[in-house]
Amino acid sequence: MATQVNRRQFLKLSGAVAATLALADLGFNESNVQAKTKALKIQSLKPTPTICPYCAVGCGILVYATEAKDDVVYTEGDSDSPINQGSLCSKGGSIRQIYTTEKRVEKPRYRAPGSNKWEEKSWEWMYEQIAKRVKETRDRTFVEKEDGIYVNRTDSIVSLGGAALDNEETHLISKLMRAGLGLTYIEHQARI
Amino acid sequence: MQYSDVLMVIGANPAENHPIGFRWITKALKNGATLISVDPRFTRTSQLANIYGQLRSGTDIAFIGGMINYILENHLYHEEYVANYTNASYILSDAYSFEDGIFSGYDEIERKYDTSKWSFETDAEGNVLVDKTLQHPRCVFQLMKQHYSRYNLETVTSITGTDRDTYLEICKVFGSTGQVGKAGTILYAMGGTQHTVGTQNIRIFAIIQLLLGNIGIVGGGVNALRGESNVQGSTDFGLLYHSLPGYIDVPKAVPEENNLAGFLARVTPKTGYKVNNPKFIISMLKAYYGDYATKENDFGYHMLPKISNGKNYSFMYLFEEMRKGGLEGIFLWGSNPVVSSPNSQSAHDALANLKWMVAVDLWETETSAFWQSEAGKNYADIDTEVFLLPACSSYEKYGTVTNSGRWMQYRWEALPPKGESRADLQITHELALKLKELYQDENTPAARQINAMSWDYGTDHHPDFDKVAKEINGYDIQTKRQLSGFGELADDGSTACGCWIYCGFYPEEGNLSQRRDNVDNGQSLYSNWSWVWPMNRRVLYNRASCDLNGKPYNEEKALIWWDETKQEWTGYDVPDFIKTTKPTDPAGSKPFIMQSSLLGDIFATRSDGPLPEHYEPYESPVQNALSSVQFNPVVDIFEGKHNPRGDYDKYPIIGTTYRMSEHWQSGTMTRNQPWLSELASHMFVEMSEELAQEKGIGDKDEIIVTSARGEIKAYALVTKRFKPYTVLGKKVHHIGMIWHFGYKGIVTGETANKVTPIIGDANSNIPEYKAFLCDVRRA
Ligand code: SF4
Repeated sequence: MATQVNRRQFLKLSGAVAATLALADLGFNESNVQAKTKALKIQSLKPTPTICPYCAVGCGILVYATEAKDDVVYTEGDSDSPINQGSLCSKGGSIRQIYTTEKRVEKPRYRAPGSNKWEEKSWEWMYEQIAKRVKETRDRTFVEKEDGIYVNRTDSIVSLGGAALDNEETHLISKLMRAGLGLTYIEHQARI
Repeated sequence: MQYSDVLMVIGANPAENHPIGFRWITKALKNGATLISVDPRFTRTSQLANIYGQLRSGTDIAFIGGMINYILENHLYHEEYVANYTNASYILSDAYSFEDGIFSGYDEIERKYDTSKWSFETDAEGNVLVDKTLQHPRCVFQLMKQHYSRYNLETVTSITGTDRDTYLEICKVFGSTGQVGKAGTILYAMGGTQHTVGTQNIRIFAIIQLLLGNIGIVGGGVNALRGESNVQGSTDFGLLYHSLPGYIDVPKAVPEENNLAGFLARVTPKTGYKVNNPKFIISMLKAYYGDYATKENDFGYHMLPKISNGKNYSFMYLFEEMRKGGLEGIFLWGSNPVVSSPNSQSAHDALANLKWMVAVDLWETETSAFWQSEAGKNYADIDTEVFLLPACSSYEKYGTVTNSGRWMQYRWEALPPKGESRADLQITHELALKLKELYQDENTPAARQINAMSWDYGTDHHPDFDKVAKEINGYDIQTKRQLSGFGELADDGSTACGCWIYCGFYPEEGNLSQRRDNVDNGQSLYSNWSWVWPMNRRVLYNRASCDLNGKPYNEEKALIWWDETKQEWTGYDVPDFIKTTKPTDPAGSKPFIMQSSLLGDIFATRSDGPLPEHYEPYESPVQNALSSVQFNPVVDIFEGKHNPRGDYDKYPIIGTTYRMSEHWQSGTMTRNQPWLSELASHMFVEMSEELAQEKGIGDKDEIIVTSARGEIKAYALVTKRFKPYTVLGKKVHHIGMIWHFGYKGIVTGETANKVTPIIGDANSNIPEYKAFLCDVRRA
């Protein structure tokens, strides 16, 4: 996996400067963490560092997934993070349930015009249909020139949101929506 | 923050909403700092503060304007800093004036200013005339002094409703940070921004901080406490209609911008760091259009959409357009406007005018389910097709987020996406590939644009993450070498870079956002933990922490300093400029390199004036006591049956909205979780004991809040934290409601935004969620 390579590259880079980086490919001292947690259930599990998805303080969190990687066993504050030094608020402390809650949508859903229900569909079907809708609207509303000026835009499609996404995702969305599709209605949560 | 002497929290409640950030405030308090909390209600932050000042929602400018007046009258400002690091010394042209709430150049019919009236005097070569003694009657300092002289103690406290003695104490204590070597900081959040004068609220925070020499130093600053984990990053990457990545204006459909040179001429200032904008923009075009972008075709510039000149595409305008039927399709990326829009019922109704909606989310939200009977709709009448694409959570994928302090931190993948859910990165990639496939054989204008866009992240379902990251950082196109900073970007098409401010996070050595060295290298900067834009600089404008000769104003809190022997800048942080630039050189003496003046702009052109002026909220219980102009004279008014303005006679109570610790934003990420749902399971409205008694309402009673837009049912929380104000001699009540609820999720409740108006700030267009008129009664 590409990320593994990254982690190693990264370790090569900073391994010399930081003793805490010696262990494993996750870049932090696992034994230290385990000493602090002691919980039997997670002793054999590997913590994965993440950053809280809620507010922008950016607290570090450790996630313990099962060995089979099919469930989240435990999460806790990352004591190595200089931002939160292990502590978390009520939201950061309950990110396990973002995975475990039954409310998660696990399959693509479609709602037809006038319908009162969702239908489960395949990803491929969804992509096909969405691309068709986008193309149909875009082709009909696309303006190449306005008063002799190249404007290459459609004012009929909106892209809204993105404040909880990763930077890499916002880059791709920004690129696709603006540079590729010519959208002008591009907005997100900073405005509200 | 832990190094501040005085912290003033105004328009934020970090103890509640940024609890872990608050730990640093607690540290400062242990070090002997004073915490001031200014808020309409006595919050969890107020509880931990040394001084609490009650202010009526929407009167921040009056509050701070009065403090500025006090600081100037009592000579508490940092004179050397003000004279040399701000534009206080600039001399204004005769065209600038201010009278009865209006600056020169106002057009009453257009509700707009001709901002050219606010220019500076220049010499024959165009250099601004300055008076560093700050005595010239037309210099910014003197005109500002005159402006805020009207903000005297009596007037201000009668407007804000603040207790006189408390107000004076706040002026004194915060004003004391003007002493050389002292640090004061201001923390704000949506309580500052969500007003018709939101931008000017933040401007006046910056002005008082410049006067006190509190910007660019350890323990200083104007700190925005941001609410979403990556609202910083998504703004950096241009997910707003007016902004390209890296805070560059989007091109407009005007003749001058029909080619790249014309566009660059508008967005490239003559001085300041942004003189390099052409390099940033051309490198971005290379990242967007790849091989298509050549020197001959202006690097594909004409392919970028040009917004219609003068048209506003921002959130409220977007929903107005949707309401009128002008929009056909929408992509929602974890966005839930049925809960988060002002006057949210009108937004909800508008959605039915769409032909199609693509909602990428972890949950079924109030928005993607807007057509259901549960939402109060007759589904048979709604023709909108809805595609709900299940996204995975942040730890079921990998990538980076940027926090409030601009720290770009990496998140590793703990386990694969749950069920069939997918990462937004993958979804965007797959959609892009599908769309490109549909268009590949066509040659219409619409096809030419998407075909021109490069998309070189592989053809797998999941894009090559590393390629995306490297494209953001920037590389040399010929050698594919990763660039180490934006100083290496070129304007000849030889470099590609998706977002110039991030250039340097992924040099040849590796992805620095993954760094986890938590050794403190001084002043708690942790310079080897993750990476901070720009250039891993932890404190922006750090030059301002030193005097004219490059000596720190406070040795103990030094960030950088000039080393005479080595003839270079050294220290804990990275200086903003080439490190051998002498402190007395023009380029080394002005700290604010992102401003074209290189100075802290006390006087700055905004659509609603060059100096912040108090206006009442759009809906207010009183007349403006400082001028005859009632509310911000340049805001757009959204007229129509769907958005009436409430009168004081019918709606005599001030309403405000806010967040609480257990929930988050529109509630989708918290009301779908059992623990958090259990912790806070009801929609409630806070009110004072006095108001409850007047209305015969008991604690936990069901109540109805009404406004000119609609009504909601909720539970009453009767509390001593709310107190009525005396405003201009009149007793005024206020109530506050949490804004996280909706009809979906484990716990449900009515949406506060059903009662808020569509009206917003004149510059940022953020809605005025924080101050409106309403009434309340028992259900
Ligand atoms: S744990 Fe709490 S304070 Fe920290 S980032 Fe998450 S929501 Fe913010």
